[in-house]
Amino acid sequence: MRALNFAALMLLAVACAKEGANNTSTASSTASSTGSVDLTGAGATFPYPLYSKWFSDYAKLTGVKINYQSIGSGGGIRQLSEETVDFGASDSPMSDQELANAKGGPVLHIPTVLGAVVITYNIPGLTSPINLTPKAIADIFSGKITKWSDTRITTLNPGVTLPNSDILVVHRSDGSGTTYIFTDYLTAAVPTWAGGVGKGKEVKWPVGLGAKGNEGVAGQVKQSPGAIGYVELAYAKQNNLAIAAVQNKAGKMVVASVPAVTAAAAGVAKSLPANTDYRISIVNAPGADSYPISSFTWILVYQHQRDAVKGKKLVDFLNWALTDGEAEAPSLDYAPLPAEMAGAVKAKLATIDLAVAK
Amino acid sequence: MTALPAHWLDKDRRRLRVRESAIGDRIYELLTAVCALVVPALVVAIAVAVFAAAWPAFAKLGLSIVTSSDWDVAGGHFGAAPALFGTLVSSAVALVIATPLAIGVAIFLSEFSPAWLRQPVGFLVDLLAAIPSVVYGLWGIFVLIPLLREHVMPFLRDTLHLGSTPFFRGPAYGPSMLAAGVILAIMALPYISAVSREVLMAVPRSQREAALALGATRWEMIRDAVIPYARSGIIGGIMLGLGRALGETMAVTMVIGNRPEISASLLAPGYTMASLIANEFSEATNDLHLSALMAVGAILFIVTLIVNAVARWLVWSVGRSRAK
Repeated sequence: MRALNFAALMLLAVACAKEGANNTSTASSTASSTGSVDLTGAGATFPYPLYSKWFSDYAKLTGVKINYQSIGSGGGIRQLSEETVDFGASDSPMSDQELANAKGGPVLHIPTVLGAVVITYNIPGLTSPINLTPKAIADIFSGKITKWSDTRITTLNPGVTLPNSDILVVHRSDGSGTTYIFTDYLTAAVPTWAGGVGKGKEVKWPVGLGAKGNEGVAGQVKQSPGAIGYVELAYAKQNNLAIAAVQNKAGKMVVASVPAVTAAAAGVAKSLPANTDYRISIVNAPGADSYPISSFTWILVYQHQRDAVKGKKLVDFLNWALTDGEAEAPSLDYAPLPAEMAGAVKAKLATIDLAVAK
Repeated sequence: MTALPAHWLDKDRRRLRVRESAIGDRIYELLTAVCALVVPALVVAIAVAVFAAAWPAFAKLGLSIVTSSDWDVAGGHFGAAPALFGTLVSSAVALVIATPLAIGVAIFLSEFSPAWLRQPVGFLVDLLAAIPSVVYGLWGIFVLIPLLREHVMPFLRDTLHLGSTPFFRGPAYGPSMLAAGVILAIMALPYISAVSREVLMAVPRSQREAALALGATRWEMIRDAVIPYARSGIIGGIMLGLGRALGETMAVTMVIGNRPEISASLLAPGYTMASLIANEFSEATNDLHLSALMAVGAILFIVTLIVNAVARWLVWSVGRSRAK
């Protein structure tokens, strides 16, 4: 009898718990539809340090909490397509196929800031940055130049004594927007690269070691005399890595810096058509001061927002990001959009429609 | 119930007591059965999910996913042979290094160690199992790899002239199959040594006394009386360590060099299946790429199953040969 009572009690308890769970879930859902809407986003890891500062500053300012998971651009695109997040973020634009697969309709690409990829190297005893042309970079990363003393490098660096040591190429092993920008650049600037390795978040490297993440590449390069690799500008700046000057389209050797990256975007922005979808590559940009290995990073949002309240919060946040947020970017070594372009993007935000009940 | 006559009540109580305990047994039985079934159900659920997601890749690529060495995402070629090779070789290297070391530790602790040393050393060895793998990876990058590159690799290749064999040929970059094997050995060691130690300690005292009474030295006693008795348990421990080595992801990714090429040289960089998945999964948007990574996961699953089956068979056959 006791056991029966016990079992009955258990059932009752379970029923109560269920009831309770239902109550709390309805309570929380009503709260979230009337009170402060939490926006959720997922995607690129590259802009995450800046985005998390934006989200925390914006929460202090307006009380709107934004939850962002930096799971990688691919994951961001997938989650946006499945409508499990309110916005996605990516370092490479969505392909036509990916856009067609998105369940929530047309997707807008909102450029937020610019990133750049720099060439870092380890040549003991060298203090000033070495000069490299796109062709030399492509030849090193495809194994056609194997020694630092190769004349194809020394002629670019008159007065610098380069060692007769082997070059050890270090590239990213994980799929990464950094690799995409770097290979996109070499594809645009060097015809032989376009016909060989090509571009992608992960490519088939003819030579070298793969290391995981910026820190993996930087660590391997720092440790191995004669090594060369590529990392994000922000990462290189914060870790004081040796950075090579790269010859841009105008023929000038440019060391990557925040203004040089913004200049690259400005060089491209001039020739943009008014109705651009911003799925544009700015590698190898024109302009004497442009750093050539630069790219946008995007926040991805649906043109038609299903939830008007959430949609408005999202648009408000993006407007804030493109105004006040941009000003914070240089302090974290991200390059802000050129001012006239930020204005054009904000005009694009105005086209998001908020109250589409489907 | 109070309305029942007294004698009924007595009878009823007796019956109830039996039923009560029977119901208790039932519930208990049911609970344990649920627990026992949850685990296989999870394994089946994972297997079904992985194989279902991997199916498009198997259907499109067929066997080439295990036979081809061409892993080129942009070109749509997914040949995981180098990763399969790397998983097997790095785990084998790990076992070759870890097994003698771990069994040595276990024999010392169970047979020779003074009592005051047994606890702390045993504890420290067990502690190796509690270190997160990313910490092993960082240690690998900053301590192990420079050590291997500056000292161990030149020593093996040039001083011992092992460079004349294909297994230690080529430049020493640091990140390599050897580095992965050493890291995995350190990670597998506590599993092998903990199981071996327990098994050795469980060998009956009479077994040892009998060997000593027959005039065996201490070494002969261990070799002829203790180890044969514990052999199946030790093999079980080795297989547990191997399981750990096969599936390890983070630490290996950080030290193996992530190069999808098959090379006989242990000094050359390599790749493993777990590393391949860890590296590419988060940025895989293309359907075939994602499915190919799932297929690699499925292959790793199968490899682990085979290894476990072999381990079972080994333990069983060793047990049987001793019984004869």
